[in-house]
Amino acid sequence: MANEQPVESYTVEELVAVNPYNPDILSDLEGFVNDQVSNQTYNLDANLSLLRLYQFEPERLSVQIVSRILIKALMAMPGPDFSLCLFLIPEHVQMEEQFKTLIILSHYLETARFRQFWDEAAKNHNILDFVPGFEQAIQTHAIHVLSLTYQKVPRAVLAEAINIEGLALDKFLEYHVANSGWVIEKGTHSQLIVLPRSEFNHPELKKNTAEIVPFEHVTRIFPVLS
Amino acid sequence: MAAAASYDREDGGGGGGGGGAQRGSRDAYDPNYVPDSVKTFVTHLYRHIRDKNVYEIHQMYEGGFQRLSDRLFRDAPWPSAEAVAPYCDGDHVFLLLYRELWYRHAYARLSPLTASHRAESWANYCDLFSVVLHGVVNMQLPNQWLWDMVDEFVYQFQSFCQYRAKLKSKTEDELQQLKQFDTAWNVYGVLNYLQALVEKSMIAQILEREKEGLEQFTATDGYDYEGGSNVLKVLGYYSMIGLLRIHCLLGDYHTGLKCLAPIDLNQQGVYTIVIGSHISTIYHYGFANLMMRRYVDAIREFNKILLYIVKYKQYHQKSPQYDQILKKNEQMYALLAICLSLCPQHSLIDENVSTQLKEKYNDKMTKMQRFDDESYAAYDELFSYACPKFITPSPPVLDQPLTNYNQDAYRLQLKLFLYEVKQQQLLSGIRNYLKLYSTITIAKLAQYMEVDEATLRSILMTYKHKMHAVDNNGKIVSSTDFDFYIKEDVIHVAESKPIKRHGDYFLRQILKFEEMIGELEKVQFD
Repeated sequence: MANEQPVESYTVEELVAVNPYNPDILSDLEGFVNDQVSNQTYNLDANLSLLRLYQFEPERLSVQIVSRILIKALMAMPGPDFSLCLFLIPEHVQMEEQFKTLIILSHYLETARFRQFWDEAAKNHNILDFVPGFEQAIQTHAIHVLSLTYQKVPRAVLAEAINIEGLALDKFLEYHVANSGWVIEKGTHSQLIVLPRSEFNHPELKKNTAEIVPFEHVTRIFPVLS
Repeated sequence: MAAAASYDREDGGGGGGGGGAQRGSRDAYDPNYVPDSVKTFVTHLYRHIRDKNVYEIHQMYEGGFQRLSDRLFRDAPWPSAEAVAPYCDGDHVFLLLYRELWYRHAYARLSPLTASHRAESWANYCDLFSVVLHGVVNMQLPNQWLWDMVDEFVYQFQSFCQYRAKLKSKTEDELQQLKQFDTAWNVYGVLNYLQALVEKSMIAQILEREKEGLEQFTATDGYDYEGGSNVLKVLGYYSMIGLLRIHCLLGDYHTGLKCLAPIDLNQQGVYTIVIGSHISTIYHYGFANLMMRRYVDAIREFNKILLYIVKYKQYHQKSPQYDQILKKNEQMYALLAICLSLCPQHSLIDENVSTQLKEKYNDKMTKMQRFDDESYAAYDELFSYACPKFITPSPPVLDQPLTNYNQDAYRLQLKLFLYEVKQQQLLSGIRNYLKLYSTITIAKLAQYMEVDEATLRSILMTYKHKMHAVDNNGKIVSSTDFDFYIKEDVIHVAESKPIKRHGDYFLRQILKFEEMIGELEKVQFD
């Protein structure tokens, strides 16, 4: 064939899209995980494909790669990526020490126990340091959860959630006041941070979705109208 | 371990009971003896297929084959393909189809099968799918048959994985066979055949073009009225559902849903034509969404299909699929009970479905909402009853001490599911308390719930996190029936207005009227 491309020039995304059930792409997918870590990118589909291949050929499973996939999945919260990955990892592998730690970290995040999370993360920074951007990703998630819950959050609660205190926190707040629409107020006991309005922390903003008929339902009567 | 025992039930219709008794008849079985009725059956079926007479093929497939099986082959296999070859001109493709029926009958009535039988069936599927993929088939087959083919293919794969994972009681001979047929039903082959059918048929593109009016597929029920064949296209279509099912069996819910993406569940489609495919699609779609914490999506689809079954199951009473329909119906009620316990959005359920649900699971649902030890037992029981038969896709290592590991996959999924339930443990407590107040301070509520303030703040944030899932497009979607927000240290509960679904009501009435008008127009006056 005249235009045959060498395999290396297909991107990994293309490999996964074209021929996902293929044992030969296993090492490409492993390389791709390492790329995601160093370039601070993320691709759930490729990582799930790799975990699937490990399921098909358990002897080829690399604990280090799985660990990186799980850390990247944690960073994708609030998405359920971490549990999606766990569904594909055999129980006895999940019993390894570092996976137990990651599962505990995920548990703390899922139940919004931020103080315990940051304590545990500090104890295990040697695993987490390998993945740049981890701290920022979790802080973004913490702010997301706070924004769902609070219209006005006390400074101490915010500090605990994102693990930033003192002067660093002041700088952090300055940045978000300038760029994310945050407002600082004086509360009864401490500073209050007023988070941006959304339908989640201002339920009155929620369109009365019950009255809105989803478009897909309306399509049901198209045959009648025609 | 009652739950695990209920999980390990053997599929295969009445095969389990008949297994021991038919040793005798198997010895008496002569594969070359062809009763006259079978000769006629094969001759006619072959002719109808050559004539592309889909209606007659369907009659023989659904009716004739079942009747002969009941009458002559209750505990015995049909005559071998070689024996019936003279009655169909030895047609290669016809015999592949015949063999597929032969093995399907064997699985249903003569379980458990040996590894070598299973391997033969695998080889037959490979041949059959290869022929279809080469594009040389120009038959038109009924959708029911094509669906059954894909459904059976996935079922036999699942059955084989279960079979080879039970090593403890295997004889030397059986272990030898497993070693010998080590490529049969390998997971790569299974997935790649289904994927190839999806790709070669270009079904995703066909469905896309159909939306823009450039193609006819759903409108013709998948049949080809221009002298071509429907087999590749429809097999490709059903393979998408097959892939969803296999990915659920592997625990990969995200990819499973992606495989189903070209099918629009808000419309009628080829997936609704055959009731078996309709149910299988929604069952697996709902289950995958449940495991991905998208409870509202699961509840909506379960509600629709359960209503459908209430209305139409009477028309399927005589069909061989009736037992399966009833079984899946029960399982989906169990899954619905689970979804509603984790996400109490009862307004999404139709009255009929709600009544049935209460009848079946009122006690269990009350327990599940209490989140104590008894409630975990209830979740465990319902999950184990209703979940798919998860598989371990990798082949066994045959020289280690032999164990049974056929339940490993199921145990993992159950464990992770219960783990999720545990994380939601305190949320129903929140709901119950906050429903009583319009505002309450964190300090007061913490006192009532007997936790400290920091813990309460965590619980409140957990509620928000768990009730706001991320959909496929990265958007946050709320599934709360009930909401609140916090200002400093006061919780404000959002007023919930009673919901009047005028839009939906009108849509339903429009469709109902259209149906009635259609019926009236059919009436002919003499």
